Amino acid sequence: MESVLAVLVGIFFAAAIYLMLSRHSIRIMLGIAILGNAVNLLIFTAGRITGLTPPIIEEGADTLGAGTANPLPQALILTAIVISFSFLAFLLVLTYRAYQDLNTDDTDDMRSAEPKDQPMPPTGY
Amino acid sequence: MASSSSTHAVDIAQAMITAPSPLGEWLVILPVALCIIVGAVLMLVRKHTFWHPVIAIPALVLLVVIDAMLLYAVCTTGPITMVAGRWLPPFGIAFSADIMSALFALAASIVGLAGAIFAVDDVNRSGRRYGFYPFLMLLLAGVSGAVLTGDIFNLYVWFEVLLISSFGLLILGSTHEQLDGAMKYAVLNLIGTTLFLIAVAYLYAVFGTLNMADVAMRARDDATLPTATIAALFVLAFGMKAAAFPVNFWLPASYHTPRTVVSALFGGLLTKVGIYALLRVMVMILPGDLANLGMLIGISAFLTILLAGMGAIAQHDMRRAVGYIVIVGIGNMLAGVAIGSVEGLEGAVFYALHSIILMTALYFVTGLAGKLAGGFSIGAIAGLYRRAPAFSGLSLALFFAAAGLPPFSGFWPKAILVKSALADGSWWLAAAILIGGFFSTFALGRVFLLAYWRPAPLGGGGPVIRLSTLEWLPLIGLSALVIIFGLYPEPLLAVVSRAVEGILSPEGYFMSVFPGGGL
Repeated sequence: MESVLAVLVGIFFAAAIYLMLSRHSIRIMLGIAILGNAVNLLIFTAGRITGLTPPIIEEGADTLGAGTANPLPQALILTAIVISFSFLAFLLVLTYRAYQDLNTDDTDDMRSAEPKDQPMPPTGY
Repeated sequence: MASSSSTHAVDIAQAMITAPSPLGEWLVILPVALCIIVGAVLMLVRKHTFWHPVIAIPALVLLVVIDAMLLYAVCTTGPITMVAGRWLPPFGIAFSADIMSALFALAASIVGLAGAIFAVDDVNRSGRRYGFYPFLMLLLAGVSGAVLTGDIFNLYVWFEVLLISSFGLLILGSTHEQLDGAMKYAVLNLIGTTLFLIAVAYLYAVFGTLNMADVAMRARDDATLPTATIAALFVLAFGMKAAAFPVNFWLPASYHTPRTVVSALFGGLLTKVGIYALLRVMVMILPGDLANLGMLIGISAFLTILLAGMGAIAQHDMRRAVGYIVIVGIGNMLAGVAIGSVEGLEGAVFYALHSIILMTALYFVTGLAGKLAGGFSIGAIAGLYRRAPAFSGLSLALFFAAAGLPPFSGFWPKAILVKSALADGSWWLAAAILIGGFFSTFALGRVFLLAYWRPAPLGGGGPVIRLSTLEWLPLIGLSALVIIFGLYPEPLLAVVSRAVEGILSPEGYFMSVFPGGGL
């Protein structure tokens, strides 16, 4: 099970990096979305896939029985999903605004902050 | 299941304390709680912009007081830990403060207060309406949380909190430049924190725990654990946060675009949080890997200093030049981490604290100079000295401090770093620090010469402009700190050396997290 997930995580990472190398901001955003999911799957695999019994402590016991699923990665992933979702929402709005205002989604043309033809700094008094 | 819980017999009776938390422990979470609560209150009065500074400034004064009390408490009684729901680690999530956390939290709160006062005049009504003060409070909540947390996953969460508030601050005003700068800043920083999360996942896979003290103890117990990949990922992620070469190009692309006060807070706080995390993780949690990666960090520091120094010289925009000066400082701190000796780390921590205060003040000066002159291009500004002599004198003092010239606070950490680099045999790092200092002096000297000293062209120059008290006050306060720590560095140096001792041999930290000596 772990090896299957490991291959899947690898494919996700490869796709994310491929998309993030693009010049178009919307493809970069898609890459970031996939990257977030790749990391979530990685956390899930890092917690070991142990069993299908839900992690509920039985009556009278103080700890989880043997063979139950590990609840901690699920809690971590839940946090990470919420965070990456909100960031993606922000980034999509930002990308759209940048596209509207700068009239391009090509990152090579986004040079308002660093103009190409800056004058040289003064060399004399 | 991760290895920990199955191999360790857990004493359930010891897992939870039912006695109420002692009052002193509340100090650890109070900075974070205060910032979040005040941030929420400010959101409630979003439309009554007059009240924002009236609420935020006293709250930040209180934050400075709390952080000072926390520093006093950890200096006298040792590290303090508070756990969620009174469940002891590894069950409960811990907030732990040692001297280094308290020092960074205090410096951050001072800068936050200065920024809040400066912003009264700098941020206009629409800026406040779009939430400058709530974002400022949440930014400080993120920074405080990041330095005070004792759990590495929570460190990631606090990183994201400060990141999302910094996006909000960066975009305030929505000019074309800001949108462009924010795109690069947002995407690259998000990728940086995602790399951090990948490292956290691997850390969990290897250690089965995310409590910093727990991980640190296990890493010290068993040196054969495969932690090299994790350490390399951490260095890359935190290097990206801290703007170390080769992952620093987002900083000069974005830091000059927002309002003065936002640039000042970013230049002061955000990169230094990366340095804090690097110190915490590489020195305290994975000390074995610091020795292996020292060379890599050293080369990165070397190139960061030299390339950023040259970058600073090549700029004709004053704000962009200051952005490169921030990066030179980061290189110096990284050099301290790379050396890794007690002295080197002392230099790095001292430099970070100095840099938090100084870079904020330097951006204030830059912003005010731009305001006085009506533009930021050093070719076009001239004759500032004639029109604002006191302000120019203060600027020169801060320029000296940034270049590391005595008698200002930049001199001491640099001297310590050079000395420790030579003692360690890394003469090339010592040379880089000195050449970086020369480049900074050259770049800032040219700014002073051309923008301040050069007489204004005939008929130009404009009238004498007076700065308001609320602009002077934070600037003078921060400059006073720079000068005091330049003239009397001993008290701060003593605290810094205890802080470094605390992360190099963190037995006190472990004891505060596991009062029973660990499970």
